[in-house]
Amino acid sequence: MSAAKPRIRVPEKAKVGEVIEIKTLVQHVMETGNRKTADGKVVPRNIINTFTASFNGTEFFKADVAPGISANPYLAFFMKVPGPGEFEFTWLDDAGVKISQKTPLAIG
Amino acid sequence: MPGVRKAMTQRMEVEVVGRRTFLLGAGASLAVAAFLANLPALAQEPVRSIDEALKKVLGDAKPAESGITLEVPEIAENGNTVPFTLSVDSPMTEASHVKALHIFAAGNPQVGVASYIFTPASGKAAVSSRMRLARTQDVVAVAALSDGKFLIGRREVKVTIGGCGG
Repeated sequence: MSAAKPRIRVPEKAKVGEVIEIKTLVQHVMETGNRKTADGKVVPRNIINTFTASFNGTEFFKADVAPGISANPYLAFFMKVPGPGEFEFTWLDDAGVKISQKTPLAIG
Repeated sequence: MPGVRKAMTQRMEVEVVGRRTFLLGAGASLAVAAFLANLPALAQEPVRSIDEALKKVLGDAKPAESGITLEVPEIAENGNTVPFTLSVDSPMTEASHVKALHIFAAGNPQVGVASYIFTPASGKAAVSSRMRLARTQDVVAVAALSDGKFLIGRREVKVTIGGCGG
């Protein structure tokens, strides 16, 4: 089951040492495991349990997610720009599906 | 339980099912978790009470009751998606930074919302997301600082329509 492409917003250009905001949004049902279908079957939990953000291979932010986060999770956070390079964002869900997205960052 | 007072019966059933579903769901999630190689620590085990959740994060430490900014709406019309922003004013240097921000919904069937892990490279100890709130309740935030100290903050959110799907 292929997942929709996540939406990521980072500044087009940033200065070295600047603290920039990164906004991410990914499509996911975030099934809590609390719900039952009409015929009484438990809908198994399937949430994005881990999100990581790396820049040039170094992880700078991570989220351990519990069922209290809404469906299609939005997440905004910050990074102090060390120089030009590439972000890698990764979402991992309970079913083992991994969504990865790379985004470049230019200095200027 | 025949349906003379059908509406009421159904209502009761929903409550009973809700509790059982929750327990089964917890079991299932543990089974799933067992298969996952890198088990993230805190947020993955279903935690049912805020006291238990705080104990796990704080141990025996006494958190300071200030220093966390927790922005939540006073009234949330839709508990399925309640925006929040969590921040701590910190220099975010190697010597002094926020290591983690934890957020809990004290009145949800599972109180865990998320734990955010920061490094000095994060630049700023702040995060925004959206949470589910089953009913009117306290949202509780804890910050773990690099010097081993903790901060705690809480805000009540009034919820018009609960957001935990039955």
